[in-house]
Amino acid sequence: MSPRTTLAVAGRVLTQLRRDHRTVGMLIVIPCVLLTLLWWMFDGNEVVFSRLGPPLLALFPFIVMFLVTSVTTLRERSSGTLERLLTTPMNKADLLVGYALAFGLVALVQAVVAVGLCIGLLGLDVQGEVWVLGLVAVLNAVLGTALGLFVSAFAETEFQAVQFMPALVLPQVLLCGLFVSRDALPDVLSAISNVLPLSYAVDAMQEVQAQPAWTTDLSVDVGVIAGSALLALAVGAATLRRRTA
Amino acid sequence: MANSDTPAVRVDRLAVVRGGHRVLPGLSFTVPRGQVTGLLGPSGSGKSTLMRALVGVQKVQGGTVEVLGLPAGARALRDRVGYVTQAPSVYPDLTVTENLSFFARVLQVPLNQVDEVLEQVDLTDHAGALAGRLSGGQLSRVSLGVALLGSPELLVLDEPTVGLDPVLRRDLWALFHRLADRGATLLVSSHVMDEATRCDRLLLLREGELVADDTPQGLLDRTGAADGEAAFLALVEQSSGTTEREVSA
Repeated sequence: MSPRTTLAVAGRVLTQLRRDHRTVGMLIVIPCVLLTLLWWMFDGNEVVFSRLGPPLLALFPFIVMFLVTSVTTLRERSSGTLERLLTTPMNKADLLVGYALAFGLVALVQAVVAVGLCIGLLGLDVQGEVWVLGLVAVLNAVLGTALGLFVSAFAETEFQAVQFMPALVLPQVLLCGLFVSRDALPDVLSAISNVLPLSYAVDAMQEVQAQPAWTTDLSVDVGVIAGSALLALAVGAATLRRRTA
Repeated sequence: MANSDTPAVRVDRLAVVRGGHRVLPGLSFTVPRGQVTGLLGPSGSGKSTLMRALVGVQKVQGGTVEVLGLPAGARALRDRVGYVTQAPSVYPDLTVTENLSFFARVLQVPLNQVDEVLEQVDLTDHAGALAGRLSGGQLSRVSLGVALLGSPELLVLDEPTVGLDPVLRRDLWALFHRLADRGATLLVSSHVMDEATRCDRLLLLREGELVADDTPQGLLDRTGAADGEAAFLALVEQSSGTTEREVSA
């Protein structure tokens, strides 16, 4: 791996994104609109909002980066630029980490704006440190990026790539403890939710919301999210084949 | 160069199956260094598959492919071989310069080569234009420019002149010969037979099999045809074993 090449990839992805004002606008504005909608639904009830807000701060970057990355990478595969890159001395990890860096940075901006809105205007109340909300949000963005890279290998069109969202992301959203507490799920579903990375993201956010100090549980949650992201990146690298049929 | 006596490309009984179809049943040939070799044949004859095998992105079922004395696709070859796919593989949402600069960074080539390459492919006036806004011919020249970065020893160009007007085509062929004069080896595919005469050497491919490996003049002499197109038709008919041999001779 070469840091120079990794940064070249990240810089290129950001330049492409910068050209696409509408996408950047939606990446930043949509989470804010949805969070405001949630706050309004509960008619300014800050207790309920403080319970639901933090998990959603982790969900948005996960879903959005999953979609953006799977479509972007699919384009890279179908336009021939990926094949061209794989004939250069570039290491596959440079490409993956470059993508993760670029989208991680976008996620950081998204998280700063969304967390700022929740804390500053919507009265979100957390016991823990506010920056941890941002950290977990960015880690989830990287996880979404890594999963998006992975699924793009199994999609032949952008339509198919988008369909992986309900297939791979929505089950995690249903089982992550947002709708029904994970302890209250039927045993089989509870076991499944234990191996889904998004469950740990929601746990982490709930931990920050309820605990003033950094707890062991929080360390475990953050470790699981980071580990899952690394694992998904490694599996994603395995799907980037130099030789194809 | 220590091993400049080894051919640029040596293919021995290369077999490739794509989608259950034997695209290359067992192809053998060599490409000498420092020349422009044309790879000609109708579409579907296996030209692109062969080129993919040379740059090491094609799964092969048998045979050996050696490029500059090393197995095709070897890590040590990746900055010595330039490859242009048939469809322009550049980023439409980056400018011409941004595309070239990105690939220059990936190839660890000094960025001042970008201007040089822009001049070579005659795109200096469009350096700041988004690639996606360019005409088809301009876009394919951006793709060619990327392959020229780092002055690779072997250039594998899949139909680089398709869809270009006659003036541009002439200029590009002149560029190919200038590069060859500086010692580079070029393998250029085309399905336009009259481009054959612009090559130093020709490989004629039909249904994955070599029907000729000769100089353009040698080919015309052998078939008695007036131009590349007629020579190719004569050879195809010969190889399919019809009695039309006498007609073309």
